[in-house]
Amino acid sequence: MDKPNLNLKKRRVISDKVFKIGATVAGTYVLVIVVLIAFQLISESYPIWEKEGLSFITKTDWNAVEDRESFGALPYILGTLTTSAIAMMIGVPLSIGIAMFISDAPSKIGAPLGFLVELLAAVPSVIYGLWGLFVFRIYFRDWFETPLHNAFGDNVWLFSGNPYGLDILTASVILAIMIIPTVSAVSREIMKAVPQQQKEAAYMLGATKWEMFKLAIFPYSKTGLIGASILGLGRAVGETMAVTMLIGNATGIGAIPSSLFGPSQTMSSIIANEFVEASPASIHMPALIGIGLILLLIAIVINVIAHLLVTRMLKIKEGAINN
Amino acid sequence: MNSIQDRRQEYRSLFKQNVAKRLLIDKSVRIIVFSCVIIAIIPLGSILVEVFKNGLTAISIEFLTETPGSAGSGEGGIGPAIQGTLIIIGLSSMIGVPIGVMSGIFLSEYGDNALARFVRFFNDVFMEFPSIILGIFAFLIIVLVLGHFSVWAGAFALSLIMFPIVARTTEESLKMVPMTYREAGTALGLKKWVITFRIVISAAKSGMITGILLSVSRIGGETAPLIMTILGSSQFFSSMDTPMDALPLRIWRLSLLPYDSAQLQGWGAALVLIMIILGINLGIRYYFMNKKNRFIGQLIKQRRNATK
Repeated sequence: MDKPNLNLKKRRVISDKVFKIGATVAGTYVLVIVVLIAFQLISESYPIWEKEGLSFITKTDWNAVEDRESFGALPYILGTLTTSAIAMMIGVPLSIGIAMFISDAPSKIGAPLGFLVELLAAVPSVIYGLWGLFVFRIYFRDWFETPLHNAFGDNVWLFSGNPYGLDILTASVILAIMIIPTVSAVSREIMKAVPQQQKEAAYMLGATKWEMFKLAIFPYSKTGLIGASILGLGRAVGETMAVTMLIGNATGIGAIPSSLFGPSQTMSSIIANEFVEASPASIHMPALIGIGLILLLIAIVINVIAHLLVTRMLKIKEGAINN
Repeated sequence: MNSIQDRRQEYRSLFKQNVAKRLLIDKSVRIIVFSCVIIAIIPLGSILVEVFKNGLTAISIEFLTETPGSAGSGEGGIGPAIQGTLIIIGLSSMIGVPIGVMSGIFLSEYGDNALARFVRFFNDVFMEFPSIILGIFAFLIIVLVLGHFSVWAGAFALSLIMFPIVARTTEESLKMVPMTYREAGTALGLKKWVITFRIVISAAKSGMITGILLSVSRIGGETAPLIMTILGSSQFFSSMDTPMDALPLRIWRLSLLPYDSAQLQGWGAALVLIMIILGINLGIRYYFMNKKNRFIGQLIKQRRNATK
């Protein structure tokens, strides 16, 4: 028997056309917004590019006093890169460990633990900041930073600088906690996407569980795991409130990261700290918007790469199931 | 004869050593991996314990309803902040949900072309935009144009965070409705928009509501875009054209004050905020995990990975 031909597209009704147009407009809204954001940021930050040129990116001054205004974004770019890099170094191995545990545990244990880890994502950033400021910072300073400083401070530049708690390392550790749910959840999906045959083949060769991960899962899911980590990087780069509350908020040349225990400033935190005080008439606000533009470009590049890697990985999975 | 037995003996011991070593590595990896989970859960536990412990001492009827007292006096409360958070959630849902739902319909019902794939990709990327950028954007196109801080600017900025989440959850839920439902509608001679709204959406309702609630819990805790749009205030809401308060903003401002009493109030506000947000999250989970709608439970998981 032939299937009934239900080609919906052939039905031409005016109200349906309106409906389709409405849906399409709503769909393309996101593209319009992205273009508008890029356009607005470029046009409103134009004065700073006009005044400083590309040296805005490489200068380290930060002076908002009238007639002596001079702005450079370098310290904040470095601050963002440093904190995100440290957060990745701490957060990604932990997340992959979590993903390994949960993807492999029986669902009675794995599901609740997975849910708890995901709850970390539901906690608002400002509460991480509050907790970091009044609880975590104190313990971290007394039990971790001060001993390290006392032991190595004189010899290793990384640990120089008197730990006060409001520093690069504290902010990075909080960032690491904040990216764990994203990275671990995506990594888990990707590990689950590895075909069952691959795992069984490894077990059949007599592999232990760890060897199965090494032989079957990691080679198969490498790309996806890298994508998941980059997704976490994107989150770390854009994170604002917790970092603002913990990084010490230095400006100008003092914000260039010099040691783990020194204060710094990230792109998003300087915007959060100074945006409201900046006068739209002066060049201070264009400078902040310029930093926003750089942040946006970095975020777009990171997220586009991450999504390409992750979706490619998950598409392979669908193909494997269908065949 | 003897030599063969010797060799056997040797092989056996080598094999045992090899297996013992591999099992040892396997066991230590298991322990490491499990401790990763524990390390991640400790902060969550600590945050919840501290927020509840410190927050409960701050909370009273006056604290929940009054306007803030002078800085550091320890008097007054967070009434305007609670009111502001509810207002801003309502307004941004008013803007974000219809756009998100229509966009989800587009992706699911008309989503088989290059434009839709493009939209889907940008939707995912846009979801990860730093929220402070959206705040700057709302500031530039609303606050600067109007010349004053505005509740609309805040609601617009938050709706930008909200609509991609709603769009993607709507798309996923609509796609789970079997094609035969739509065919049945067509067989009855219904128009496509009637089919979509009356049949498909009513079948996919619970998944969509989940997505909307998740996006609400996400924007409820957003702070960064509110700094430059609604600014914060210590008065109750009076008009759309004046600054307004919100819980995350109030927590931030309180944490900057050098007084113990302000700190305590900060914890109290954090407790209220976390109750709202965790309440939504746990509520969704409890409701859907215990129902027949198992697939929606899976959907939530997928979405949660993608959203935050």
